[in-house]
Amino acid sequence: MNMETTTQAPEPQATGSQSSAQATVIEAKNLDLTFQTNDGPVHALKDVSLNIRKGDFVSFIGPSGCGKTTFLRCIAALERPTGGTLSVNGMTPDEARRQRAYGYVFQAAGLYPWRTIAKNIKLPLEIMGYSKTEQDKRVEQVLDLVELSGFGGKFPWQLSGGMQQRASIARALAFDADILLMDEPFGALDEIVRDHLNEQLLKLWARTNKTIGFVTHSIPEAVYLSTKIVVMSPRPGRIHDVIDSTLPKERPLDIRDSPEFIEIAHRVRDGLRAGHGHD
Amino acid sequence: MKSIIAVFTVLTAIIAIWYIACVPMNIKGVLDGAERAGIEVVPETARERRDMSEIGLVISNRFAIDETWSQDRPRLPAPHQVAVELWETTVEKKITSKRSLIYHGQVTLSATLLGFAIGTGLGILLAVGIVHSRVMDMSVMPWAIVSQTIPIIALAPMIIVVLYSVGVQGLLPKAIISAYLSFFPVVVGMVKGLRSPDHMQLDLLKTYSASTAQGFWKLRLPSSLPYLFASLKIGIAASLVGAIVGELPTGAVAGLGARLLAGSYYGQTVQIWSALFAAAILAAALVAALGLIERLLLGRMGVKT
Repeated sequence: MNMETTTQAPEPQATGSQSSAQATVIEAKNLDLTFQTNDGPVHALKDVSLNIRKGDFVSFIGPSGCGKTTFLRCIAALERPTGGTLSVNGMTPDEARRQRAYGYVFQAAGLYPWRTIAKNIKLPLEIMGYSKTEQDKRVEQVLDLVELSGFGGKFPWQLSGGMQQRASIARALAFDADILLMDEPFGALDEIVRDHLNEQLLKLWARTNKTIGFVTHSIPEAVYLSTKIVVMSPRPGRIHDVIDSTLPKERPLDIRDSPEFIEIAHRVRDGLRAGHGHD
Repeated sequence: MKSIIAVFTVLTAIIAIWYIACVPMNIKGVLDGAERAGIEVVPETARERRDMSEIGLVISNRFAIDETWSQDRPRLPAPHQVAVELWETTVEKKITSKRSLIYHGQVTLSATLLGFAIGTGLGILLAVGIVHSRVMDMSVMPWAIVSQTIPIIALAPMIIVVLYSVGVQGLLPKAIISAYLSFFPVVVGMVKGLRSPDHMQLDLLKTYSASTAQGFWKLRLPSSLPYLFASLKIGIAASLVGAIVGELPTGAVAGLGARLLAGSYYGQTVQIWSALFAAAILAAALVAALGLIERLLLGRMGVKT
């Protein structure tokens, strides 16, 4: 019932989704995670199995408590599963983290207020021991990627919320990990800024060909961005449905009015509603 | 402008109350002096006056009011007497003179600064240990709190005596008393500051596989600076108090504390008050200096002020 690998199989090539040909990057098998709390055990994840292939853009969507963030944190080795297996780039999550396999973007930008934007982006590079010249080069590159060139010398409080979040994405991109994990990165931003950032994120994804894991509350956001949408349901946190998107890789904002888009969104909504029915 | 007027009003009120308070406080001494000089006072003998209220004496001997502000050894010196004494013992005396407040202030200041340095260093080290080790957190913190419940007046002579018996005297014992008072606010503030980064910040460093040391230098230490400075300002004032208290039981010949003590031995109230004011001015200057350093440093760190 996990991995109800589904339907849209007939025309993978035609949709421009190249991912089916690519190697598996993240593989979860029967993953369990139980937190011991004062009120007894909480099943954050139960029997979660999922394959994410190189170049996929995977969204995790579901109500609070469905384990979408927990799953992302497991991939990042910020949480330790209590059962099942999880591999990232063929390694354990811990090993993968030590190999700088992923960049992580949190809901809040979390920039250091005492560092300029450029210095903030250098933070992981300093920790990982890059040379000064290499640091400067990479800062330039990623600032350009998130369209913040020229803002390197500014302090975080001088930037808007959306720009701060872009800077934090640049920080996650700076050390050029193949995987980008994003935990509701745009959740705190208003609709208009969010649309703009979604568009930019897709462009960035196309340019860098990274594998992206993206946690969100928003159905349109999930459908607009993803090649694969994972619908999750709570108590215990589990995968309810996995939807392979039929949308082309090239996605202008107005694709959201197309019948295809609406159909996928519909299916996601149905999945969310059915998931809730278990309560 | 409005705030300047307010500050000025408060200051004027304090000085006015001070002058008024001088009259009843000093009236008996003035009348005793006047009687000896053969001036007629009411009532005539010191014995009779002893049982009368000061206010009553003031009313029946109004001619003496002026005198209460210019005695040699008043119970309560008038503001201008203290001001004149301060001026004479700072600006007009040579710094090398034993009567110069600058000389005494500098003696106390050196003990204060040394004690502050020791206390701050110790405080920061303890805080770092407490934040990184659960064992230290549980074992050191209670003692740090207990240490501050012992009155320093009781402890200071013991520290001095113990150190003297092992041959340590002079600046260091005073500095240690200073440090004893100043390390505590630094520990408390620094622990709070080092723990101020939230979970997300710590998780972020974890995703970089940052070491504990990197986390300390890049995140915890910079985050703690605003807390540290708040503590340092309390700490330096406490250091000064510690240095002065440290001068009292030794019968020290130099320092603001020694000046206070000598003044009280010889009934030189003007000298006591001017030493007190010198200490207060010194404390204010030290706190202000720290405030300036804070502004410069945090400003350079880009913190919005």
